[in-house]
Amino acid sequence: MSFEVDVEVRRGNRTIVAAFSAPGGLTALFGPSGAGKTSILDMIAGLLRPLRGRIAVSGEVLFDSEAGIDLPPEKRCCGYVFQDERLFPHRRVRDNLLFGWKLAPAERRWLDFDTAVGFLGIGHLLERMPRTLSGGEAQRVAIGRALLSGPRFLLMDEPLSSLAAARRREIMTLIERIRDELGVPILYVSHDRAEVDRLAATVIDIG
Amino acid sequence: MSLLSPQEWAIVALSLKVSLVAIGVVLPVAFGLAWVLARSRFPGKLALDALVHLPLVLPPVVTGWLLLLAFGTNGPAGKLLWNVFGFTPMFRWTGAAIAAAVMALPLMVRAIRLSLEAVDRKLEGAARTLGAGPWRTFFSVTLPLAMPGVLAAMVLGFARSIGEFGATITFVSNIPGETRTLPLAIYTALQVPGGEETVTRLAIISVLLSLGALAVSELLVRRTGGRGSGHVL
Repeated sequence: MSFEVDVEVRRGNRTIVAAFSAPGGLTALFGPSGAGKTSILDMIAGLLRPLRGRIAVSGEVLFDSEAGIDLPPEKRCCGYVFQDERLFPHRRVRDNLLFGWKLAPAERRWLDFDTAVGFLGIGHLLERMPRTLSGGEAQRVAIGRALLSGPRFLLMDEPLSSLAAARRREIMTLIERIRDELGVPILYVSHDRAEVDRLAATVIDIG
Repeated sequence: MSLLSPQEWAIVALSLKVSLVAIGVVLPVAFGLAWVLARSRFPGKLALDALVHLPLVLPPVVTGWLLLLAFGTNGPAGKLLWNVFGFTPMFRWTGAAIAAAVMALPLMVRAIRLSLEAVDRKLEGAARTLGAGPWRTFFSVTLPLAMPGVLAAMVLGFARSIGEFGATITFVSNIPGETRTLPLAIYTALQVPGGEETVTRLAIISVLLSLGALAVSELLVRRTGGRGSGHVL
């Protein structure tokens, strides 16, 4: 199993409980807005601490409240593509892309810079500042930044939601290529049935 | 404008020394306080906030008097400095620097705190997922994004220090060559018949120094790429 998740967390005055396991390939977490899908990704990434539970990815335990394991985010080797991109506004696209790449030990880099840039079609954007990018461009850079950090798995939080229809198709094709050609396990959050049906091998209903 | 006399140059040099040392010493303190006030919750936070702001709201003469009580030969800080280092800031330029630092502190803490609060914490989370530990995240994301505020703090602090009068004269008096900084020298010259020319020259220098600090910080902000957080002040 690629993802084994069994967690509980409090957000405001409600408790979110999630327990699922998923094989490799692309797994979609599907459910309405506000169901806690992003919280689940944040817990897997180490940005949100569960009240209790266990998280393992590809056999490696990232969090286990009973065993007292709680890896910090920088040790979890996840590539997190945020819904709101979160590019560093003070760095050029090139430096955004290289941020994680430079921090990853050489043996973990399974993708080199030029390949990633060509794959994503962002060669012409490298010297731009993030605030000058369109939504689709920023999302491709964010995907590139995550891929280049040498992740063992990808977390994608509604990467299409902020995009116009034409851009959605383009990014969706890209995600299919990542799924099929790069072979990293992907956990993909969406509230769009059509998107999930097209992309996911496994669908987990949340909320 | 005629050139300054050697005595007047010495006053300018002393003022610069006092202000730059004050800013240099108080900047890390101000940053630490701003960080604590912006990022953590603890009992007594409100009291700390109030204490930091005290020099801003107290009459400067009162701040000077409190410094006198603290650093005087019988004050707790004064005794400590004397017993441990054989040193007293009383009637010395170091005392003037202490007064300048204390008066600059609240302005600097405010500017830095605001800029730290404006840093999107989600970007720090993103840096962590990309493999950066807490320190690297601080130096590569948080600090650069807060930099306009830090520069603003330095400019405000410098301007406040250069202009410091009440606390300084109360705390360490008005001693030529030691504690007679620009404002004190202007005040002294005003008391002397025929001192108007000196007053004019020193006043012009004061204006130029303040404008110069502003220009330097604007330049630095441009150089650092603006960081998207707008202007310094």
